[in-house]
Amino acid sequence: METGSAAGAETTGTEPVWTGLPPGLLRMRRLLLVVWLGLTALAVGLLLGLLAGPAWAAFALLPLAVLAWGWVLLGRNWRSWRYAERADDLLISRGVLWHEETVVPYGRMQLVEVTSGPVERHFGLASVQLHTAAAATDATIPGLEPAEAERLRDRLTELGEARSAGL
Amino acid sequence: MSTSGVDDAIRPDGIVAERRLHPVTPFRRAWAPVAVITGWAVHDPNQAQEQLTRLTTTMLLGGLAVLVAAGSLYGFLTWWFTYFAVTESELRIRTGLLFRRTAHIRLERIQAVDVTQPLLARVAGVAKLRIDVVGTDKKDELAFLGQGEARRLRAELLARAAGFAPETAHEVGEAPAHELMRVPPAKLALALVLTGATWGSLAAALVVPPFLWLATHSVWTVLATALPLLGAAATASVGRFVSEYDWTLAESPDGLRIDHGLLDRTHETVPPGRVQTVRIVAPLLWRPLRWVRVELDVAGSENSVLVPVAPRAVAESVVARVLAGVTVPGELSRPPRRARWCVPLWWRGHGLAVTDAVFAARHGLLRRKLSLVPHAKVQSVRVTQGPWGRLWRLADVHVDTGANKTVTARLRDVQEAAALLREQAERSRTGRRSARPDRWMA
Repeated sequence: METGSAAGAETTGTEPVWTGLPPGLLRMRRLLLVVWLGLTALAVGLLLGLLAGPAWAAFALLPLAVLAWGWVLLGRNWRSWRYAERADDLLISRGVLWHEETVVPYGRMQLVEVTSGPVERHFGLASVQLHTAAAATDATIPGLEPAEAERLRDRLTELGEARSAGL
Repeated sequence: MSTSGVDDAIRPDGIVAERRLHPVTPFRRAWAPVAVITGWAVHDPNQAQEQLTRLTTTMLLGGLAVLVAAGSLYGFLTWWFTYFAVTESELRIRTGLLFRRTAHIRLERIQAVDVTQPLLARVAGVAKLRIDVVGTDKKDELAFLGQGEARRLRAELLARAAGFAPETAHEVGEAPAHELMRVPPAKLALALVLTGATWGSLAAALVVPPFLWLATHSVWTVLATALPLLGAAATASVGRFVSEYDWTLAESPDGLRIDHGLLDRTHETVPPGRVQTVRIVAPLLWRPLRWVRVELDVAGSENSVLVPVAPRAVAESVVARVLAGVTVPGELSRPPRRARWCVPLWWRGHGLAVTDAVFAARHGLLRRKLSLVPHAKVQSVRVTQGPWGRLWRLADVHVDTGANKTVTARLRDVQEAAALLREQAERSRTGRRSARPDRWMA
């Protein structure tokens, strides 16, 4: 069946239809980064400035540099995440420096899980995780909108049942 | 999936005959308290001595009697409250005195059935029956059953798992087996002599203690290290010989039969279509003799050796029997030459071949390991690439199987890896269509 080619291949045939992650995840991660590193910078600056002298307060620039770097990094990481539902399998591609691309045939799925932690819930996000009989299968799609996560879960379960196979 | 779990509403269906284990069973537990005391005495000899001098002989004997009685009672009660039953679709094991626990083991999901006989059990004429299902506990084994009963039960379980009607499952009996190969003891001994691990552990046991003596001059330190080292050396050489002695591999309609052991006898049965991966290992010193060791992975099973030692041609014919329709690929493609910048020297050990039936990846330069995964057993496929690999346009292809083993073809060209990922997903889907059903006789 012509279902497409993997990404990263300098492409022959039809490309799978890739879906990126919604911007909510990036917003959440960046906000968390700013809050934590901002607080760290403030704490370092205040403590060193008061205890060791104003010149030492310059160390507060360190967390700020990390913040700037992390800001860019998070953006790149977020852009690298994408998934594609093909006719018979799910493709997940992620990572910038350490790139990983996973194919999970629908028939091999044992369980589909939708999880949402307290922070994620606050931002209206949920992740979908696929489990196969192999523990090494690491197929998680983080930061989806709950509606999309549920649609994906239902679709995957349905397809998994239709194509189910044993071990 | 195994559905072992706690179930308080047990419905004795009336038809299902529940059975107890062999009456010899309580005795294996009676010795537990004695073993605990002995263990404590050995662990801390000085304090044990001190305590002993304080006690009189009568107190000692009395205490021992109480402990043995308590142990026997415990053993008896656990035996009394353990039942098992074979129903149409499952094996049910009910245990527990205070906390009741019922394990329901689905027969069509059986991955392997083992009948083991430790030395003492052989003397008593009993055997242990263990059913491997994905996710089973150590508790889900039947210990002990009468020798004959264990064999009958195994035959019945396999017949039912194969899909024979419940009325006939009793009468089907042991499926006839025909022997594929047998490892002669001399060959096994020579193979162990030519194994690096045997000599490595022996050398460690002989070299480390004298050095420790020179460094510390303390008898206890030397003994504390020498004994485990000697133990490890013994298990690596004599222990392996004893457990792999008289290794017999037979084929029957119920699947593969693996029988082995000098003192403890083990009889394993792997039903058809349960093998997830097969590995052909060729240690350095065996290569001039063209000998190999074959290992296999079955989901939920601990055992992994299929053939401890055999000539390559024999091993390949065995693999062809185990994985139906698979021929071991002879020619493997090496990674491109530029891979030497990623893994100097050892890049030559890596290789990959994909045939219609299997994904075969080799690694290791001195000790060569060729792993075979039938396409039908692939759970997911991954391609990974790190920054250094990207520089050299190389990527790794991982194939995950249900036995929690991942077979990796390292250092492939990026475009090749991407093509492999695409094709492998396709192959695993079509491969599964032709796979045999769980109930292989149905």
